[in-house]
Amino acid sequence: MSKGTVVIGVIGADVHAVGNKIIDFALREAGYNVINLGVMVSQEEYIQAAIETDADAILVSSLYGHGEIDCQGLREKCNEAGLGDILLVVGGNLVVGKQNFEEVEARFLDMGFNKVSPPGTPIEGIFDYLEEAIAARKK
Amino acid sequence: MKYLTADFGSTYTKLTAIDARCEEIVGTATAFTTIATNVMDGFHEAMKRLETAIGTFAYDRLLCCSSAAGGLRMVALGLVPELTAKAARTAASSAGAKVIRTFSFEISEAERKAIEAINPDLVLLCGGTDGGNREVIVSNAHKLAETQGDFSIVVAGNKSAADEVDTILSSTNKNFVITENVMPQFNQLNIEPARQEIKKLFIERIVQAKGLSSVQAIAANEIIPTPLAVMNGCELLSKGTRDSEGIGDLMAIDIGGATTDVYSMSHGYPTLSNVQVKGLPEPYAKRSVEGDLGMRYSLRSLVETADIEKVSKEIDFPVNEIQTWVDACHRTPQLLAAEGSREQAIEEALARGAARIATERHCGSWESVYTPFGQVFALTGKDLSEVTHVIGIGGVIANSPHPADILKGAKSEGEGSPHAKPKQPGYLVDKRYIFASMGLLSQENKELALKLLKREIVSL
Ligand code: B12
Repeated sequence: MSKGTVVIGVIGADVHAVGNKIIDFALREAGYNVINLGVMVSQEEYIQAAIETDADAILVSSLYGHGEIDCQGLREKCNEAGLGDILLVVGGNLVVGKQNFEEVEARFLDMGFNKVSPPGTPIEGIFDYLEEAIAARKK
Repeated sequence: MKYLTADFGSTYTKLTAIDARCEEIVGTATAFTTIATNVMDGFHEAMKRLETAIGTFAYDRLLCCSSAAGGLRMVALGLVPELTAKAARTAASSAGAKVIRTFSFEISEAERKAIEAINPDLVLLCGGTDGGNREVIVSNAHKLAETQGDFSIVVAGNKSAADEVDTILSSTNKNFVITENVMPQFNQLNIEPARQEIKKLFIERIVQAKGLSSVQAIAANEIIPTPLAVMNGCELLSKGTRDSEGIGDLMAIDIGGATTDVYSMSHGYPTLSNVQVKGLPEPYAKRSVEGDLGMRYSLRSLVETADIEKVSKEIDFPVNEIQTWVDACHRTPQLLAAEGSREQAIEEALARGAARIATERHCGSWESVYTPFGQVFALTGKDLSEVTHVIGIGGVIANSPHPADILKGAKSEGEGSPHAKPKQPGYLVDKRYIFASMGLLSQENKELALKLLKREIVSL
């Protein structure tokens, strides 16, 4: 039995492909049904994939520093598409340079993300969170 | 062995006589299709004309296809427009259907009524990956159950919803069949099972409903939709047989009175480096049909899309002269432009416009993204930029003294254009409209059909 369906991908014009492959592999190993959209993923693509596959969560990666701009409006579009309560998680190197993570986190939470991972967090770092949040959502 | 192929078209019934021993097409003839009275009347008339031209022709096998009585009229339903709705449309088009409309998401009451008004022969119901969304396909099954009309339903969506859909449709008197999902996993296209079911239903029910039973009774094959025969002909010419080589990747364009059909036989893999492939994969043998691009019944919408000002500049004709001809064609669809006339030049420019727009929609597109380390591309759909053969089929193209001028519409507009259209194609033409015939013949004798295609489809 799968632990849930998750859509993953690297957002915007970002082509950093290595982390994405590792995340795909790790999530499958952990028992998730993974829909991997690869790199250069638009907000619409995440949403379309989540609708067809009835996904529980969208895991957004951003490595190249433009994550904040790329992620703006994603929650609103999910709401429009009827995916209102889908989990939105983001990680990677979200902003340019070394900024205070608490501030970055607050900005992404404000955008409607449920969970924001600090730079350097490997994907395994959110396994517990993901399992609990998906279970809670299914109830 | 002597073969006769018959294509019962919407307007004309076209016969092609083939002598397998001499490896020759010995003659072709046409007559009006007579679906309103008895379809065999038109057949006999065409046969009479054929035999007047070539003498008695005692054929051993009769092979038939048909697009009479509107062809195979289908409606496709899916969930997300770019995903299962597109997969449904692709499956139906490549089964030779005329997809009148495609609907996405849960259909509204107004859309349900629109399906009733369309009164299709077949509805393809899709939605959700296996294990994915089930609400939408279930809701749409309920809607179809309430929809009046004598249509059959092919269900090819989320397998986890199949039992529920089965229960819903079983409670109606609708004929339906459930098959494999057109998109079992995200971005994985699986159209063959749905295609097969569509083909089966065409033979079992639609041939009869269209008044073609008398044809089926004397045909040696099971009647198939004409576009499917054309597609089989294209695929044979491209791929060849086990023993003989085909001509490789190709694109074919058929500009008719009501629609423009484009076929491509190519994997369409990216030809540029630095490309990310996006979206739903597309089949090697792809067909698209543009219902708003045609030389008579859809001439007005063609002119609207092609932009009359642009056409006027291109050929340096006044706008009102073009408009006058368009209006005349609209009033009298039988109208033909005289050889060498100004009207003929207008026809060619409009046909080139149809070829341009239809191929833009058929081919994939690039989106370029500038990054600090250079340009990267995202490709959606098939990259046909290195396709070397563009073939014009029948109608305006075959009858024009300048077919290459029309087919030029299929050529890429060069560096910077977002459309992955052929960059340096050679142009060919199917003068005698034999693609459908050869598609039929290939069911019996592939080698011969390929040989004749290679001989008949000539370079310009
Ligand atoms: C290789 C590389 C490239 C290659 C990428 C090749 C490819 N196709 O993959 C190339 C040369 C193309 C490239 C280009 C650029 N790069 Co670069 N690149 C790197 C480099 C050296 C390694 C990336 C990598 O593969 N890491 C290994 C993988 C396994 O780790 P990861 O990607 O971080 O992913 C892990 C985690 O982040 C985490 N994670 C990721 N997503 C998510 C999501 C969630 C929800 C969670 C929980 C966790 C998580 O889990 C992953 C697996 O463990 C990094 C520096 C570094 N050491 O990280 C810079 C780096 C990412 N690049 C950087 C930059 C600036 C660029 C460019 C903009 C500029 C340039 N210098 O050319 C361009 C951008 C191009 C574009 N449009 O995307 C910066 C980003 C700075 C920032 N964000 O502040 C970095 C950090 C280098 C630096 N220190 O300046 N790059």
